[in-house]
Amino acid sequence: MTHLRTDRRLPAIDHALDASHARAHADVWLSDVSAGYAERVALEDVSLAVEAGSLLAVVGPNGAGKSTLLKVMAGLLRPWRGRVEVLGGPPGREARRVAYVPQAETVDWHFPVTARDVVMMGRYPRLGAARRPGPDDRRAVEEALAKVGMADQQHVQIGRLSGGQRRRVFLARALAADPALYLLDEPVTGIDATTQEELMDILEAEAGRGRTVVATTHDLACAAQRFQRVAMINRRLIAHGPASLVLDQALLSRTYGGHLLVLGGQTVLLDDAHHHDQPASDTEPHYHDDAAP
Amino acid sequence: MDAAAGALLDPLGFGFFQRALVASVLAGITCAVVGSYVVLKGLAFIGDAVAHAAFPGVVVAFIVGAPYVLGGGIAAFLTAIGIGWVTRRARLRADTAIGVVFAGTFALGIFLYSTIRGFVGDLFGFLVGNVLAVTAEDLFALLILGGLVLAIVALLWKELLYSTFDPLGAAASGLPVSVLEYLFLGLVAVTIVVSLQAVGIILVVAMLVTPAATAQLLTVRFSRLISLAALIGAGTAVAGLYLSFWLNVASGATIVLVQSALFALVLLLHRRDGWWRRPAAASAA
Repeated sequence: MTHLRTDRRLPAIDHALDASHARAHADVWLSDVSAGYAERVALEDVSLAVEAGSLLAVVGPNGAGKSTLLKVMAGLLRPWRGRVEVLGGPPGREARRVAYVPQAETVDWHFPVTARDVVMMGRYPRLGAARRPGPDDRRAVEEALAKVGMADQQHVQIGRLSGGQRRRVFLARALAADPALYLLDEPVTGIDATTQEELMDILEAEAGRGRTVVATTHDLACAAQRFQRVAMINRRLIAHGPASLVLDQALLSRTYGGHLLVLGGQTVLLDDAHHHDQPASDTEPHYHDDAAP
Repeated sequence: MDAAAGALLDPLGFGFFQRALVASVLAGITCAVVGSYVVLKGLAFIGDAVAHAAFPGVVVAFIVGAPYVLGGGIAAFLTAIGIGWVTRRARLRADTAIGVVFAGTFALGIFLYSTIRGFVGDLFGFLVGNVLAVTAEDLFALLILGGLVLAIVALLWKELLYSTFDPLGAAASGLPVSVLEYLFLGLVAVTIVVSLQAVGIILVVAMLVTPAATAQLLTVRFSRLISLAALIGAGTAVAGLYLSFWLNVASGATIVLVQSALFALVLLLHRRDGWWRRPAAASAA
């Protein structure tokens, strides 16, 4: 089932365990991080180093703290305890080199912007106040739209796009920003297989160019087949390492508890994540976090 | 023909009408531009609350002899910030916090007003507007404030747009989203003060919301929405003011009625996908 990917850029797993070495080579480094909302703990004592140029999937059940982990990395949520470094500084310091894509549920799809407008937003932070997009920005936007296959639909209002097309547009926004670090919350959730493959090809190519990609996902098959490394969390970090080692029966049952079913070599995840698999709906915007009741 | 030209030109012979026209158009444009963001942020109720909260500021300004623009502006801004603070501190829903703050500040305004003996200002004028009473000094202050609001939006329109559309993505990519949020509440407060004499406290929310809502029916692009809203705001201000002059009725209410009528008309006639756009084929991915 698991296709083991050969890994040319990464040092052996032993090296990653060496803390100072890991920190020096990491684009994202967390040490004993705990975080949450109000009185609710979402993450506890998570230590993790994400090597520059790697493709990391963050997996775990609903409410495991996957989105919280991404928000801590993006500097959107200040951890209660622990230390975080992103691109060599505290989270947020290198914000212009970070592209964060939120879950589809948090976006107001009625908003009067076209696909192209959304992608252009990726250029706004580097443009700065009072400056209008120039030829370089337009070129970057057109390249990004072409890369995700949305050039033809660039003038369509985002709400009229399908779930898969919306994810394409948001990935294009991240590409247009030309970041060193991609933080993607459920980038391949609720989309068709073709779109999923195409988006993963693009992310793989970005990692090949030395960009770091961290993506949360509910899709264990996708994590196993398309990501080099997997971090498995359920409030605490259960395992972190090459996909082939981490997505192991024992660790999976530790992470998902009773929601796993083993059928003749196939592991079936009985997650309560079915609502994530629907195409993005035209609901009012709301902030979805993992453990919403 | 001459009669029509006369009906349009004769009022312009009066200084008070000229000033009223400039003040109304300024309020119409400023409200529509800021209102375009208000509508998309879902802050219409905050706009209404901030307008009512300007009232005690206006009364206090009168008591201490300060310009009403200053008192109203400070009170409006503090209320805008206060609503955010109450929401966070008491962990209340924003609409609950707004309801509490809004009624409380307006009551304070009426309380203060009733303590004054011989208040020369007209309470009703502040409540429903009295644009024909705008003085040259008032107009000068309004032009500076309105110009300031429009200049800030011109400089930061895309940052405000990004942080309205996707606050998380904008913050993660380095835009100072919370600073922009407070700045925006400040813009709402100043816009309301600029519009108080034109339409008054009770009706200012219509100026803020209706042109932007009308424009939203007609286009799917924000850049067009904001310019179309400004055009509607200016046009309805001119039409409403003339109409009120000819009919000899309240100017603020007439401007708002013209805006409402235009909104109703567009609502009935518009195509779901925007006025200028052919239906786009949203094929499946």
